[in-house]
Amino acid sequence: MTQVKNAPVAAVASVHETERKWWHFFTFSTDHKVIGIQYIVTSFIFYLIGGSLATAIRTELATPAPDFVTPEVYNSLLTLHGTVMIFLWIIPAGAGLANYLIPLMIGARDMAFPKLNAVAFWMIPPAGLMLVLSFFLEAPQSGWTSYPPLSLMTGKVGEGIWIFSLLISGTSSILGAINFLVTILKMRVPSMGIHEMPLFCWAMLSTSGLVLIGTPVLAGALILLAFDLLAGTAFFNPTGGGDPVVYQHMFWFYSHPAVYIMVLPLFGAISDILPVHARKPIFGYKAIAYSSIAISFLGLIVWAHHMFTSGTPAWLRMFFMITTMIIAVPTGIKVFGWLATIWGGKISLNSAMLFAMGFIAVFVIGGISGVMLAAVPFDIHVHDTYFVVAHLHYVLFGGSVFGIYAAIYHWFPKMTGRMMNEPLGIIHFGLTFIGMNLTFLPMHELGLLGMNRRIAFYDPRFTSLNQLVTLGSYILAVSTFPFMFNAVWSWLKGKPAADNPWRALTLEWQTSSPPMIENFEVLPVLTQGPYDYGMTHGSTEADPATETPVLSGSPSA
Amino acid sequence: MSIVENVEKSMQGTVDPAKADLNHHAATIATEHEAHPDHRMFGLIVFLGAESMIFLGLFAAYLTFRVVYPEWPPAGTPERELLLPSINTAILIGSSFVIHNAEADIKNNNVKGLQLWFGATALMGIIFLAGQLYEYLHLEFGLKTNLYASTFYVLTGFHGLHVFLGVCLILAVLWRSLKSAHYSEEHHFGVEAAEIYWHFVDVIWIILFVLLYLL
Repeated sequence: MTQVKNAPVAAVASVHETERKWWHFFTFSTDHKVIGIQYIVTSFIFYLIGGSLATAIRTELATPAPDFVTPEVYNSLLTLHGTVMIFLWIIPAGAGLANYLIPLMIGARDMAFPKLNAVAFWMIPPAGLMLVLSFFLEAPQSGWTSYPPLSLMTGKVGEGIWIFSLLISGTSSILGAINFLVTILKMRVPSMGIHEMPLFCWAMLSTSGLVLIGTPVLAGALILLAFDLLAGTAFFNPTGGGDPVVYQHMFWFYSHPAVYIMVLPLFGAISDILPVHARKPIFGYKAIAYSSIAISFLGLIVWAHHMFTSGTPAWLRMFFMITTMIIAVPTGIKVFGWLATIWGGKISLNSAMLFAMGFIAVFVIGGISGVMLAAVPFDIHVHDTYFVVAHLHYVLFGGSVFGIYAAIYHWFPKMTGRMMNEPLGIIHFGLTFIGMNLTFLPMHELGLLGMNRRIAFYDPRFTSLNQLVTLGSYILAVSTFPFMFNAVWSWLKGKPAADNPWRALTLEWQTSSPPMIENFEVLPVLTQGPYDYGMTHGSTEADPATETPVLSGSPSA
Repeated sequence: MSIVENVEKSMQGTVDPAKADLNHHAATIATEHEAHPDHRMFGLIVFLGAESMIFLGLFAAYLTFRVVYPEWPPAGTPERELLLPSINTAILIGSSFVIHNAEADIKNNNVKGLQLWFGATALMGIIFLAGQLYEYLHLEFGLKTNLYASTFYVLTGFHGLHVFLGVCLILAVLWRSLKSAHYSEEHHFGVEAAEIYWHFVDVIWIILFVLLYLL
């Protein structure tokens, strides 16, 4: 008996004779934890680039005339801003969290296909660099949607780079999704049924499904667009007999689900963060889990609500209006689940919790303006105005970015073995929350007043509101600095973290911080659910964080 | 508290009795290997699901063009020759049956049979590609003639690329099978993967053939 018990430890020791070195993060590592951090750090660098582009856009829009940059450069700025933020920041950041967390949460030693995982990551830097450097050659100018025929007229080089960059990052996300799906479905510890896994895994399951169904269709559209652009065919070019609306359908078939690809992982992260810091079981585990699946299913049949003004027939607009409105139901289920979770809880207002609660507050505003936009008459009125810009930033900044920050504050101790600085985190939250609302709230009004998006100059009567927005965007830009300083400083010199500083119940906290190379000394066996805080059969409330991993196997009663 | 505890039982369950005499270290290494079951087949199927979505997207685009266009193929499109593509189709469908024999053979540990059937499949794939190239060279319309011509070339070309990759996969398996005992009745994922990929390419072709030539 003792032999069997000791043997794994011996094996583990032999496997782990090499410590993790800093330069491992710059290699083709197959360890999911290294890859996860590679994803997160890389995407954060692109976030800074995309943020600088946004600051330049807002500086230009501080005055009605295009005096800071030329309209052409403005077009490039907004194209790159959108593309970088979506394809190189939020999607890879979600993939990074998923890479880091999924195997730890389900008690696996790594992802199902570690090499494929590394390949998927290493496609991101070349794709991103290519795109960002195109700015110095000939940047794409046709917006992140790249609608033909506009995209066929604004320069072959920039548009070509844009297409190939997206094809590469799209392939990367497909390969990543294969890994997530197989890992979640096949590699859970035997004692973890599908209804015992953390909600983040449910969210990633739904996200992966969307990536696998949607991204290939975008690839198809991009291939055809590349032919139109480079070989002179006319799939989407009306002058040659093509149909640009077909591109829009194919593009949005991916790009609407892409919204959920960007926000679902963070829905999952929030569902995991709230119960820990409110010390209460999640309210409605199954409702939240299945609403993720419902969102991905519905997310696949709403795409044409982006095309209400593209000559979509009335009966089709009705269909897409109704499906779009229905999608508010599973999203609402989640929101009420989260609110009920923190209701009456012992909330600790730390940075992670602040961002998680900020996420709910701001995301709900974006969600509601989304339902408004689903209504055909209203959408036709505000289509391509700043109202849409406001809506999408409330969802993507207020949703995804707040969620990513919450996740980083929450899992930073696990990833680095050190705590982040709380006062700095709270300053970061305050600045972000104020900056975010100051930037995007006035945009609703600008849109309702009729200010068009994507244009470098505007009617002088919009000036005062635009200056407010620009001020907000500067606050938002500044808000990043306390975070960066906090992250770098804490990683190097922060207070060492215990293995389970938040007294959380999910498996990633039951191993060392940072986890050893194969995650667990001995594969864990569940004795309670992931969110059983304050339940009678667990004694978690009284249990302090311990230095020794709980894994070492004191049998529970 | 502990929501996790030692797993002696499950560890014991996976220790191979044949290796019980070895030292603990080796025994646990074996255990750890067995603790990682092979998910490659599942991964491949998920991948092919994603791959089929590209084709589905392209098919949908083709059908939309077709429905929206007043006349299809557009007026002035030269007549298409049906004989050669039909022979090509027969060859490709036949190759799916040929490659299936290889799997049966490797399950009986018959590497010679595997090589024979894989070689035959690769040959049929190459004939298909050559036939398609011949067709391209002799068609009376080019890539840019009209929308039908463009979709024809891009769809068949994209499929042809997949056939080419399939042939490469098959040849790679063939090359590996030359090494002694690379594939056996238990370990032949590469054989199965190449075969499933080949079937996939075949099914896509049948849909394409119906869409582009028959409808």
